[in-house]
Amino acid sequence: MTATTARAESASGGSGGGGRVQGWLRKRVVQIVLAVIALFWLVPGIGLFVTSLRPVESFGDNGWWSAFTHPAEFTLQNYSEFLGDAQLLRSVWNTVLIAVPATIFPVFLAAMAGYALAWIPFRGRDTLFLIVVAMLVVPLQMALIPAFQIFNFLSLTGIPAVWVFHTAFGLPFAVFLMRNYYAGLPDSLMEAARIDGASEWTIFSKIVLPLGWPALASLAIFQFTWTWNDLLVALVFAGNSRPFTVEIQNRLGEFSSGIGIIAPGVFIGAILPVAIFFAFQRYFEAGLLGGSVK
Amino acid sequence: MATRTEAKRRQGSRLYAAVFVLPALVILGAFVLYPALKTIYDSFFGRFGEEFVGLDNYRQMFEFDRMRKAIFNSFLWTAIFPVLVTTVGLVLAVLADKIKWKTAFKLVLFLPIAIAVMSSGIIWRLVYDASPDLGLLNAAINVPASIVSPEGDYAGAVASLDTVIIGDDGSLSQPVEVGPEGAVSNIGLLRVPVEDISQSSVQAVILAPKQGTITGVVWRDTRPGADEKGVVEPEEVGLPGITVKLVSADGSPVGSATTGNDGSYEFEDVAPGTYQLEVNASVLQEAWGGVTWLGPSLVTPAAIIVGLWIWAGFALVVIGAGLASLDRAVLEAARVDGATEWQVFRRVTLPLLGPVLGVVFVTLTINALKMFDLIVGIAPGSVQDDANVIALEMWRTAFTGLGDRGLGSAIAVFLFVLILPIMALNLRRFRIEEGRR
Repeated sequence: MTATTARAESASGGSGGGGRVQGWLRKRVVQIVLAVIALFWLVPGIGLFVTSLRPVESFGDNGWWSAFTHPAEFTLQNYSEFLGDAQLLRSVWNTVLIAVPATIFPVFLAAMAGYALAWIPFRGRDTLFLIVVAMLVVPLQMALIPAFQIFNFLSLTGIPAVWVFHTAFGLPFAVFLMRNYYAGLPDSLMEAARIDGASEWTIFSKIVLPLGWPALASLAIFQFTWTWNDLLVALVFAGNSRPFTVEIQNRLGEFSSGIGIIAPGVFIGAILPVAIFFAFQRYFEAGLLGGSVK
Repeated sequence: MATRTEAKRRQGSRLYAAVFVLPALVILGAFVLYPALKTIYDSFFGRFGEEFVGLDNYRQMFEFDRMRKAIFNSFLWTAIFPVLVTTVGLVLAVLADKIKWKTAFKLVLFLPIAIAVMSSGIIWRLVYDASPDLGLLNAAINVPASIVSPEGDYAGAVASLDTVIIGDDGSLSQPVEVGPEGAVSNIGLLRVPVEDISQSSVQAVILAPKQGTITGVVWRDTRPGADEKGVVEPEEVGLPGITVKLVSADGSPVGSATTGNDGSYEFEDVAPGTYQLEVNASVLQEAWGGVTWLGPSLVTPAAIIVGLWIWAGFALVVIGAGLASLDRAVLEAARVDGATEWQVFRRVTLPLLGPVLGVVFVTLTINALKMFDLIVGIAPGSVQDDANVIALEMWRTAFTGLGDRGLGSAIAVFLFVLILPIMALNLRRFRIEEGRR
């Protein structure tokens, strides 16, 4: 009992009652500092949201924070303008059309490849995986120009080209993550299944795939956020089927005259990934950690 | 019998392995490996890929201004961004470890990573706006700035006649010769906006000299139509509320007066001699104009701060996970041995976190080198050249304007070469970890 108290006291940074007060004070200061930092982190986003609710005419007069002293000024005018702009609406839809298949393809392919690389012994397997690890950091700039030519040659343009490119550059990370996750599954499980005469496909679909669910979810969320938010790949390959990022980038030139329609655009474009982020925060974090720390 | 099924099984497995791995492999080969090799090949050819140019593209790369600036900026990004974000992430992770609402804190800092990087750039344009009225950062700086040097009642006004001497600090002074019949000394001001003039202000008066006094008006020396400078004319109003000081020839103050609604002031009982009439600089002091954060010289540091805003949450979460997996018993043991908190951190926590910090640092270094969307989002068109980075220049060279395939490829290869050491590091780390398995 006495030992625990002594330890608790030394942990709070001093000995005796004075130390305890000091420790309490320090904790308070840390709390306040972190609260201020958290606030700082939120303010730019709040600024954008408030801006999107203000009339365009007021943008040149005062900052978004003055809206709080004139609450009557709030308007949905920017949003209705956004919704009335067929091209902008189309761009959000294009983003959906891009991101969903560009998530499903690599996740599915990686689930299969990851299983084989982890559990089916074949010659050259380790070398193959090493190549995948090497590909993890290849910048996609290295492939843009030739891929553009290949797609032209195959007459594969617009959204499908974006799918293929996203799949290709999503695969190294996806395979890496899935293979490592599968490799962590217990040996005994696979052996038992094999002794029972289960085929590789049965093992994969009935055992590995369900067990690998958390990793798949992390990967899917990661890949979805990445493809949803991507600018560069779509800029090069999407052609006229522009997703919202490219559409907004296109309109940035008119920025100086006020960000009227851009503010709601940015906000609307962020709703889905942020919602997914909140809903699946655990998986999101796990995917991140799986990619960096093992 | 058993061996035969085993052999069959093996054969079957090989087939399965092919079925499982091939689709991914084909795509990786066709759209990552082959294009990457083709890019290296293309980098030795001309704009449209026809004629062989040797190393010309690589030479040219270092010779045009836009690319040189891009290399410089990418260097700046790589030198500052990973260290900054890792350090902030570490400090925040250690601090957040001490609070109960750790999860909520992480969530808030992590949030920016969920939205498009380009959008983050746009969001921060609102923070960085050059005007203290529109940009949050400048508005925040303006709060203390306006206390230190508040905007004058007639900010930005200038004297209309060159008899007025402008001091180093921006104050106005005008020499006055006082004879036996007194003196009149007027100071006309230009560039006084109508909204700066008080409601009570009236037509400026024309004053005659009065014995033993210095008198005059401070007035707005402009009117629509024909306008003679230095002469008080109809429709020209007095400027009330300005403190006028009288200083004798030896520099000692004689007195001060404040102008009335007609702009007039008066000093009585003034002995003949030479004097100086002064108007304080604070009257004309302009409001603080704000810093042009997104101008040519500051845009890259400003963008790096946005990078911190986006990726600090990543560093925080990864380092936080590393911190959570530390063996608390080791830390406790050090504390029991009488180590201070700082010693525990410096000698125990930090070395144990080494590998995690390394991973975060490397990931951020790659991010810094591949930076693209953020620059597009935050840099206004006119400063895009000043904010340029290698990854952005690659796209601009290859895909905008006429498009230079050879040069674009060379820039991509250059970027890849910068990332190569990281690839080597990854492979080594992977080999070591696999060896442990």
